[in-house]
Amino acid sequence: MIAIAKRFRQDKTRRKLAYLAAGILIAAVTLYLALPILAIFLRITPEQFFTTIQNPQVISALWISLFTTCITLVVVIAVGTPFAYFHSRYSYPGKVIVDTFIDLPLVLPPAVAGVALLMLYGRVGLLGQYFNMLGIQIAFTTLAVIMAQIFVASPFYLRQAKSLFEQIDPAYEQTARTLGASPLRTLVSVTLPMTASGLVSGAVMTFGRALGEFGATIMFAGNLPGVTQTMPLAVYVGMESNLFLGLTISILLVIISFAIMLAVRLIQKREDPHA
Amino acid sequence: MLEAQIIKKLRDYSLDLSLTVRPGEILVLMGINGSGKSTTLNIIAGLTEPDLAVISLNGECICHSQAGTYVPAEERRIGYVLQNSAVFPHMTVRDNVAFGLRARGGIPRQEIAKQAARWMEQMHIADLAEVRAGNLSGGQKQRVALARALAIGPRLLMMDEPFTALDTESTQTVKDLTRRFVKAMQIPCIVVTHRLTDSTEIGDRACVLCNGKKEWEGVPSEMPGFCSVCHCRD
Repeated sequence: MIAIAKRFRQDKTRRKLAYLAAGILIAAVTLYLALPILAIFLRITPEQFFTTIQNPQVISALWISLFTTCITLVVVIAVGTPFAYFHSRYSYPGKVIVDTFIDLPLVLPPAVAGVALLMLYGRVGLLGQYFNMLGIQIAFTTLAVIMAQIFVASPFYLRQAKSLFEQIDPAYEQTARTLGASPLRTLVSVTLPMTASGLVSGAVMTFGRALGEFGATIMFAGNLPGVTQTMPLAVYVGMESNLFLGLTISILLVIISFAIMLAVRLIQKREDPHA
Repeated sequence: MLEAQIIKKLRDYSLDLSLTVRPGEILVLMGINGSGKSTTLNIIAGLTEPDLAVISLNGECICHSQAGTYVPAEERRIGYVLQNSAVFPHMTVRDNVAFGLRARGGIPRQEIAKQAARWMEQMHIADLAEVRAGNLSGGQKQRVALARALAIGPRLLMMDEPFTALDTESTQTVKDLTRRFVKAMQIPCIVVTHRLTDSTEIGDRACVLCNGKKEWEGVPSEMPGFCSVCHCRD
């Protein structure tokens, strides 16, 4: 009896220690991730924040970021959805290579992506020299910002869409066909609605990645206020000249990023388990 | 009437089969997994391309490999209930049943609504009209799939393992409904199953496939309990 009571006490102590260790671990990881974010908010007063947010440089960077990111998102969805559909449905020679190129921007340093784009579309680049002869300049324009964002952020959507289209049970599409639906109608009324929540998650992640793009943009598009200076670039400039400017834009980016992640979580929660 | 001659090279063997199903007749296609049952249905439905085939429905040729005739799946008007029923989970029961009527085009909205309501009534799913199909039970899904397939006024009904995931009561209901409407509409019907009881209860005729070849054909109750080819039912 005494031995059982002793073992029970030992088990209880061990469990308490396990809980304590788990609690410390969770708190440590959370604090490591949250404290730097908190530090941004604590370093600036609300008055300073609201004064700085009216700075033309902040407003300009905010609009350029939102404008370019929205265009990027539209292009990635419009081109990426049919691309991912065909890519997942058909086998063709070199498919593995295409898959590798889709994944490449995820592991490639963004600065390298910027250099690569510059080597292709720059004034003396492989294609850029011909565009230049026609009077079209791509590098160091707002278009270059969008192209850099598409290059770096599109894999988030393409990978997600590809995997969704591969996973959907072909029986749904086959049934739709036998019921008289054309391939296009099947795609629009069956495949896309059944993968919609996953596609939206991919799109939101793409938006977030494009919004935070820095390396490829500064290499390929430069840092021209009002033309190519996006919010991350303005943070970089602000930290060198005006700390509050950097902090204000950082806070805006934290809020937008947080909202994006929250949106993804909510969408994933609502995701149809039958899809 | 369905008349089909099909040849298709599969991974381990060749599917080589001739089938005839009369109007109002239910042919049960039996055989072990991988014997070529689902492939046969997919070829007839136009979802899989055969190597060589001549398929006609009510005298109209829908596939003739040598003549280069190949009517696409969406134009064959074949009601096909695939495995796991494949009801569209994001749509309501009403939208599922009306899907084929809308997809075919040319039918006024009111007529679509009327026909969908009639089929839901006949399949005893009218009270589920506004329920999202993803939330239905297996038996309910199967009745939705059957209503959806019959609503297009098919020239042929095909069902692939329709009773696999159903309990005894649902199985009986789906069997009764299938028999009733196949007889009433006088359409040929093929049901794929691997259970002997299903074949005797629903089938007018049974055909046993083994390694892509017809091993036995006749009245289900007279089916031998062994397989002379690969001994799969010994």
